[in-house]
Amino acid sequence: MQHIIIGAGPAGVIAAETLRKCDPAASVTIIGDEPEPPYSRMAIPYYLSDNIDEAGSYLRDPSTHYSKYSIELVQERVEKVDSKAKQVTLSDSSTRNYDKLLLATGSRAISPPIPGLDLPQVHSCWTLVDARHIIELAKPGANVVLIGAGFIGCIILEALVKRKIKLTVVETGNRMVPRMLNDKAGGLLKQWCIDKGIDVHTSCSVESVKAADNGEVQVSLSDGSKLPAALVITATGVKPNIEMLEGTDIKLDLGVLVNHSMQTSNSDVYAAGDVAQGIDFSTGNFEVQAIQPTAADHGRIAALNMAGNITEHHGTLNMNILDTLGLVSCSFGLWMGVDGGEQAELYNPGEFQYINLQFDGDCLVGASTIGKTQHIGVLRGLIESRINLGHWKERLLKDPTCIMEAYIASTQELGYS
Amino acid sequence: MQKSLHIDPGKCTGCLQCEMACSYDNTGTFNPSRSYIKVFTFHDEGRFAPYTCTQCDEAWCMHACPVDAISVDLATGAKIISDDKCVGCKVCTIACPFGTVNYSQATGKVVKCDLCGGDPECAKACPTGAITYIDADWTGYDRMMASAAKSLPSAEATH
Amino acid sequence: MSWTRKILRVNLSKGSCTPEPLNMEWAMEYLGQRGLASKYLSEEVDPTCDALGPDNKLIMATGPLTGTSASTAGRYSVICKSPLTGAIAASNSGGFFGPEMKFAGWDMIIFEGKSEKPVYLLIQDDQVELRSAEDIWGKSAWETDDILHATHQDPQMRIAIIGRTAEAGCLYAGIINDRHRAAGRSGVGTVMASKNLKAVAIRGTGGIGNLEDADKFFEAVDAGKKVLADGAVTGQGLPTYGTQVLMNVINGVGGLPAHNMRDVGFDGAGDISAEAMAEPRKSDGKPNLVTGAGCFACTIACGRISTIDKTHFSVKDKPQYHGASGGLEYEAAWALGADTGVSDLDALTYVNFLCNEDGFDPISFGATVAAAMEMFQDGDLTTKDTGGIELKFGSAEALVAITELLVTGEGFAKDLGMGSKRLCDKYKRPELSMTVKSQEFPAYDPRGIQGMGLGYATSNRGACHLRGYTVASEVLGIPVKTEMNDAEGKPELVKAFQDATALVDSAGLCIFTTFAWGMDDIAPQIDAACEGDWSVEGCLEVGERIWNMERIFNQAAGFTADDDKLPKRMLKEAIKSGPTKGQVSRLGEMLPKYYEIRGWNPKGEVTAETRERLSL
Ligand SMILES: Cc1cc2nc3c(=O)[nH]c(=O)nc-3n(C[C@H](O)[C@H](O)[C@H](O)COP(=O)(O)OP(=O)(O)OC[C@H]3O[C@@H](n4cnc5c(N)ncnc54)[C@H](O)[C@@H]3O)c2cc1C
Ligand code: SF4
Ligand code: SF4
Ligand code: SF4
Repeated sequence: MQHIIIGAGPAGVIAAETLRKCDPAASVTIIGDEPEPPYSRMAIPYYLSDNIDEAGSYLRDPSTHYSKYSIELVQERVEKVDSKAKQVTLSDSSTRNYDKLLLATGSRAISPPIPGLDLPQVHSCWTLVDARHIIELAKPGANVVLIGAGFIGCIILEALVKRKIKLTVVETGNRMVPRMLNDKAGGLLKQWCIDKGIDVHTSCSVESVKAADNGEVQVSLSDGSKLPAALVITATGVKPNIEMLEGTDIKLDLGVLVNHSMQTSNSDVYAAGDVAQGIDFSTGNFEVQAIQPTAADHGRIAALNMAGNITEHHGTLNMNILDTLGLVSCSFGLWMGVDGGEQAELYNPGEFQYINLQFDGDCLVGASTIGKTQHIGVLRGLIESRINLGHWKERLLKDPTCIMEAYIASTQELGYS
Repeated sequence: MQKSLHIDPGKCTGCLQCEMACSYDNTGTFNPSRSYIKVFTFHDEGRFAPYTCTQCDEAWCMHACPVDAISVDLATGAKIISDDKCVGCKVCTIACPFGTVNYSQATGKVVKCDLCGGDPECAKACPTGAITYIDADWTGYDRMMASAAKSLPSAEATH
Repeated sequence: MSWTRKILRVNLSKGSCTPEPLNMEWAMEYLGQRGLASKYLSEEVDPTCDALGPDNKLIMATGPLTGTSASTAGRYSVICKSPLTGAIAASNSGGFFGPEMKFAGWDMIIFEGKSEKPVYLLIQDDQVELRSAEDIWGKSAWETDDILHATHQDPQMRIAIIGRTAEAGCLYAGIINDRHRAAGRSGVGTVMASKNLKAVAIRGTGGIGNLEDADKFFEAVDAGKKVLADGAVTGQGLPTYGTQVLMNVINGVGGLPAHNMRDVGFDGAGDISAEAMAEPRKSDGKPNLVTGAGCFACTIACGRISTIDKTHFSVKDKPQYHGASGGLEYEAAWALGADTGVSDLDALTYVNFLCNEDGFDPISFGATVAAAMEMFQDGDLTTKDTGGIELKFGSAEALVAITELLVTGEGFAKDLGMGSKRLCDKYKRPELSMTVKSQEFPAYDPRGIQGMGLGYATSNRGACHLRGYTVASEVLGIPVKTEMNDAEGKPELVKAFQDATALVDSAGLCIFTTFAWGMDDIAPQIDAACEGDWSVEGCLEVGERIWNMERIFNQAAGFTADDDKLPKRMLKEAIKSGPTKGQVSRLGEMLPKYYEIRGWNPKGEVTAETRERLSL
């Protein structure tokens, strides 16, 4: 049995390990196109802030791990997948045959159509290569403009500030992380950043980036301001890597469509991670989530199925956690709520604290918090186990901080009712 | 046979000796706010529920970690954090559906129960026998944990 | 060194919060908590000041062991001049508030002056701030607890709060923490209210780690825990039954007063006892008692968590009282029950909930109601005075109604809120007030148990069982049995208990440990945790010093030997029936001897020699 995995990110590596565990005899190959050993993009912010060196971002110890588990690593780009011939063609024109194929190619950063984004002072922040460029240009005291205050923008924000640069953030939405936090929470985050000395422009877009005389650039904003910058970072969205699938029978939408078993429309081809448009736990719809825990879950489930252990999952929960200069925010599932559902909310702007729970009937379906770090994982437990909260819902409506109590009381026999 | 913490909320009086023992072992201070085991009070029910990581088989935290900072202690089965590798990204804290791995502002890393290498301080400190460290058979707590975990996705329904 | 060595001074008039170092010289002489805070009070407050004026100070203080893993090391005390007695007050509470104060880095908080508007103090480690309490003023302690937890989105925050009775000026209002733990006696809550201070909310994350000798400490603490586990009272009686284990015991020996202490022995004792609390109810098959509960670090866990029968008249239409909460302790069950003649367990539990919810002392309240009931019976009080309530001995309905009235602070509540002494004076029956220094008696009859009579008479905070619990010896035989009705030897016994208690109350430990612990169990724990010499002898000397310092404060406040006396009923009206029939208190025999062994002159004044001996 020959398993081929395209993409050496977390989804690919976890899939390879799972395959090895389930099917000790199979041959498992990961083909990845990045020049480094398999690493985690999530570690990039910590690399940027000098918290770790490059090796600290590696998913596994490259010197021993892959050989120990007989996982073949090929550093090459896959140009084309031929799903009929069950063959992939690499950039060196060699081909490889597979019995089962996993697409774990992730996504890549895309830039909006703004003039000047091709200048050498402009970078996205998606790969280690990008990170090296950023480190190069983000010298202490340098002016840096970050375009996009979405999740990725916000997650690198702290790392940039730690490099002692002067940061300006430009976001077209009316608040920060608009797809993770509501008005109140996003507003709190914005205020927090402003208090920390970051220049934040929301409801504002970048019109152009122009080369300046001093080797820097000038960034023009829709609100009329013109900002000098030694470095411009774009964090304006990503796009799944699916080009190599052109001409195949594999159904695509925003990403690669997969069923409950992570199988694509071609029964020998699976997809996992940022490239996969899999089932979202909350909506039951097919969505690209582009988060680490989903990549890990996808990789594991895809591999189990590839190895013949038929396994279905109920969809992955969209969830994020963000630490912005010491302020931790997170969101889970349908944080924006559902029609006819009730919500519990505590908003304490003075202390930068916020908690919002969203219910559908007696079940928790979404949540967002600011300023909380303890036991927040239980929000996942409450949502994913679809616990019928009964009278604990009333309690949560009154005091949404007692999530842990609600979970324990709903899952344990406390011996008293 | 591997052992596990067995918790009997019915015996707990809420004295927090377990939290003190845990925090003293981990930080050298009596400091419940930094204990890995937490006693939750159910005031209206008149119950106390000590709660910590069950060292679950799924090890959501471990799989979600982007930098391989969580591993299994082969002797005890505990999922343990390597401070050297942890970057403090907190993804494990939202991945664990039991809320039992938590970020520590004090260290910039995450913390969780590591079973004290096989001799848990909380169990030794508990005056009522509410926490014991016993052979990991099919205890009530395990059953609870399993039932809670069952409905989670990818705690898969195998055909 | 287990002190944090830091105190917080909060000037409510100025709105300022200032940290200052703990006076370690004094700490070596007074240890902490009750002793050390009383020293600060003695140094800083004029004993003649108006207890409810801005010149009085309110000190919340922990002991050096508070917050450590020594068993029961969760105590804190509130020290001020009492508005009920005019004497020095030191009220002790368990729960989790004291340790949180230590974890936040503070040994003590001194409140001085008076805030212009209602405020609460918010402490998050070394971040300290006075916040407006205007929207929580007028709310019960329980409501305030909910609101502040929600406001700060922190279920782990520990909060000490005054209820509506304190705001209304009830002279025996306490300070509630953790919903049902109270610094209950002597009106410390009233003083807090007089300063416009509604609550103190604390979150501490620093912990305590500065043990003097950690190895020795754990050794001593483990040994101590073992002694408690092996003790009959601390290892079995209290964990199983709570303090209510005493109800049938004390009734059985002829020490349980009833009906404003007119009688000794209460027929309904069994119905309101620990055994009754564990009995399934007829209505719903559930017992009153849900579980035992411990305070911080406590390996005894005498606390009771109870529910009220949902169909009981007191709570039928009040679902907010259908959940579990702090249940009856012996003293409360006695004062609210035996002393008023009420033997309805659900009614007593409900009234006890209200005491916690709105922060008033069930002993003083129950005893005041009992005095009112006797006056009602005698016709000194009528329904005109009581707002229509038929205030009859034994009436659960009347007890419930009068308690609900007290919380409103309206009408007769004003009279009741003055306490039994002032109430009986007002209605011209001063002899019916069962008080010493205007503070109501607790649950042991001084005629039946002689040592307790001397203890009440000489207690520095007015009648109280917790300044020297000679019941341990006189009834339970701990550490040795003395005869209840012996007067001889009692002065020595009382002094020994008083001094040891002062030390325990200053360490951060719970007095109930002394059902099993002697000073040779306690001193090594203090000694291992703290710098300085904390030998058994050293500890006892500190206890004695504290006792004398309190006495000196009271002397300066105007108290004399004339205030060390019991009501005539205790001295003249012999017990009418039961095993102690015919007994009266023989205070007159005991008091001179007591003064003598204390090193006081016959007028009860601390002599110059004694002051010198104790470096006072
Ligand atoms: C800076 C940054 C911070 C982040 N922080 C978080 C966070 O805090 N929390 C969170 O949940 N998520 C975070 N993410 C997102 C998270 O990193 C991704 O969801 C995760 O990496 C997805 O894993 P993957 O394996 O699906 O894809 P990837 O990690 O993108 O790996 C895919 C790999 O496939 C390779 N590849 C693509 N096409 C081909 C081809 N044709 N041939 C060969 N190889 C190919 C790619 O080069 C890449 O190496 C962050 C991302 C970034 C960039
Ligand atoms: S921390 Fe949570 S996910 Fe990790 S092993 Fe423990 S229970 Fe499982
Ligand atoms: S916080 Fe540390 S242990 Fe947790 S996922 Fe991130 S790196 Fe791993
Ligand atoms: S030590 Fe035991 S009794 Fe005390 S809180 Fe912990 S589990 Fe409960």
